[in-house]
Amino acid sequence: MALDRWLALFIALIFLIYGYTAFFQMDGLLPPILQRNPVWPSTFPKILSVIGVFGALFVLMNIEKTDRQISDDIIVKNWRLYKIFDALTLIVGMVIYALTLRSLGFLAATFLFLSLGAALLGERRFLLLIVVSGMASYGIWYLVDSVLGIYMTPFPIFLNVS
Amino acid sequence: MIEGFLLGLYTALSVKNMLMVIGGCIIGTFIGMLPGLGPMSIIAIMIPVAISIGEPAAALILLAGVYYGAVFGGSTSSILINAPGVASTVATSFDGYPLTRQGKAGKALTIAAIASFAGGTVGALLLVFFAPALASVALLFHSSEYFALMVVGLSAIAAFAGSGQVTKALLMTVVGLALATVGEGAQFNMPRFTMGIMDLQSGIGFITLAMAMFAIPETLFLVLDPSRSGKAGSKQSDITNLRITKDEAKKIAPVIGRQSLQGFLIGVMPGAGATIASFLGYAVERNIAPQEERKEFGKGSVKGLAAPESANNAACTGSFVPLLTLGIPGSGTTAILLGALIALNVSPGPRLMQDQPEIFWSVIISMYIGNVVLLILNLPLIPYIAKVLTVPRTFLIPFILFFTLMGAYIGQNNATELLFLVGLGVAATILRFASFPLAPLLIGFILGPMLEDNFSRATQLYDGVSFIWERPMTAILLGIAVLLIVLPAMRSRKVSKEVASG
Repeated sequence: MALDRWLALFIALIFLIYGYTAFFQMDGLLPPILQRNPVWPSTFPKILSVIGVFGALFVLMNIEKTDRQISDDIIVKNWRLYKIFDALTLIVGMVIYALTLRSLGFLAATFLFLSLGAALLGERRFLLLIVVSGMASYGIWYLVDSVLGIYMTPFPIFLNVS
Repeated sequence: MIEGFLLGLYTALSVKNMLMVIGGCIIGTFIGMLPGLGPMSIIAIMIPVAISIGEPAAALILLAGVYYGAVFGGSTSSILINAPGVASTVATSFDGYPLTRQGKAGKALTIAAIASFAGGTVGALLLVFFAPALASVALLFHSSEYFALMVVGLSAIAAFAGSGQVTKALLMTVVGLALATVGEGAQFNMPRFTMGIMDLQSGIGFITLAMAMFAIPETLFLVLDPSRSGKAGSKQSDITNLRITKDEAKKIAPVIGRQSLQGFLIGVMPGAGATIASFLGYAVERNIAPQEERKEFGKGSVKGLAAPESANNAACTGSFVPLLTLGIPGSGTTAILLGALIALNVSPGPRLMQDQPEIFWSVIISMYIGNVVLLILNLPLIPYIAKVLTVPRTFLIPFILFFTLMGAYIGQNNATELLFLVGLGVAATILRFASFPLAPLLIGFILGPMLEDNFSRATQLYDGVSFIWERPMTAILLGIAVLLIVLPAMRSRKVSKEVASG
């Protein structure tokens, strides 16, 4: 089965859960005063869940005879040709950045994300890499925190500097 | 009127005020390029600076410069790195980014600048002559008409329903509408589908979803297939080339004219705003384009870029009509400007034109001057802005991902938002592998809350759906939506039949 049909099956399942919540779980929580309204909080989700399930089934059964040849995009069949390791490592890097932004502080977390990301993608001019990452980390922090006044923890949490 | 106009012109053209508008444009353009900082947040940030100036006209001129600069800056990140930081520039990325991928970033930025300028100019002219009359018409629009208008806006998804993609586009729209129901809606004041996660109480952030749908998949594709970045980054002379051919100018001129007018009229209606104007502009232009040109929409059409750019700028100007004439802020940005006006001891409303004509006229004139200055400043800067793309991919990719993460973080100031961003970004990348169009998902997400709120209000007012046939304007708008979806499908079926029969 092609990837789009697998995804359609997954989306259909999500809409079934969404619809179950809308039809059977939400209305019991509704305060009596809102029950007089013609439209309830569950009304729109109920309609969407029905359309969503049918839409997903249409794609799943390939009723429309989808043309899958889109030249510009990545072709899944040729996955061995692509740099999957680099992409996965960058995704993990983004997750680590999100988890360490507070504890490590903006400056260190950003510097590490930018420099390690560039090194992973093949940048070998390490001095340039360190200078660019350092300047960008400090420059953006200064712009956002000091100029625009949006507070961002600059240093690691153990330094306890605010 | 002429006396007031001349007074406003005299105020706006003083050396001090000209420096204000130039400074505002530069600040707005550069900060606006950062995803996550749209015109609304930049104006909010600049308000203390503007108030400290003390003089209302000078402060408003600075804010007008910042406003236009931020709108253009937002379009720049949409076009260059497919990262629309504000909802009104989402439609800009539909054709702007494909043009960049074809190595025509300079041309795309020039078209955006000219279309924005034209939209702003037409908007300012209409504002001068028709503001008081339009304000009363705008109030005739009720929730049922707004609901119908949102349905018309949704018809923009037809543009992404290419051959054999109609159900996929519709499915993605429904997914977007469903994502918009997560969190506490304004209408019902109770959490929905939050799964007990506190961070979902306020719903999924627009910037988070926009970055996840557009910027992250595109960047991951650049990582997966390094030859893709070569397509956009190798021909430096093409990237920085601003020239628009005579043929292209002929194509975009009527589009700009139509969309400036349509965008302005949509902008006048409180609550409709630049986002719906840009989607609607895109949908209308795609539907009225000849068969050959329609195929280019979504793949780098100059018309597809000019339409939303002129419409959203004209709508921005249009949103000043209810603000200045009735004191009603029609959009988030004008609500913040209203706050600034009140802080400066100016009360917008029906009396403003009579009581403080110099303020009324200098606001309008400074908006126009902001537009002109922006064009003069930015056209020479475009080659340098476009050079961003010539940065080696080893630096460009981590930086795009970093700005994407920052956009989501600044908007919510919450690290959990970054995890949502990564999760949604990975999901979007997988969907793109299977050729699911992602723009309809975002359109559904943006229009979903407005659609539901207005539908709920209308059904409450009419105790059911009778508003559809009781209010002629609603019926007409819904009819237009049906036509916008059905007609192109019928036309393409007819063409394919003709091709099949030889």
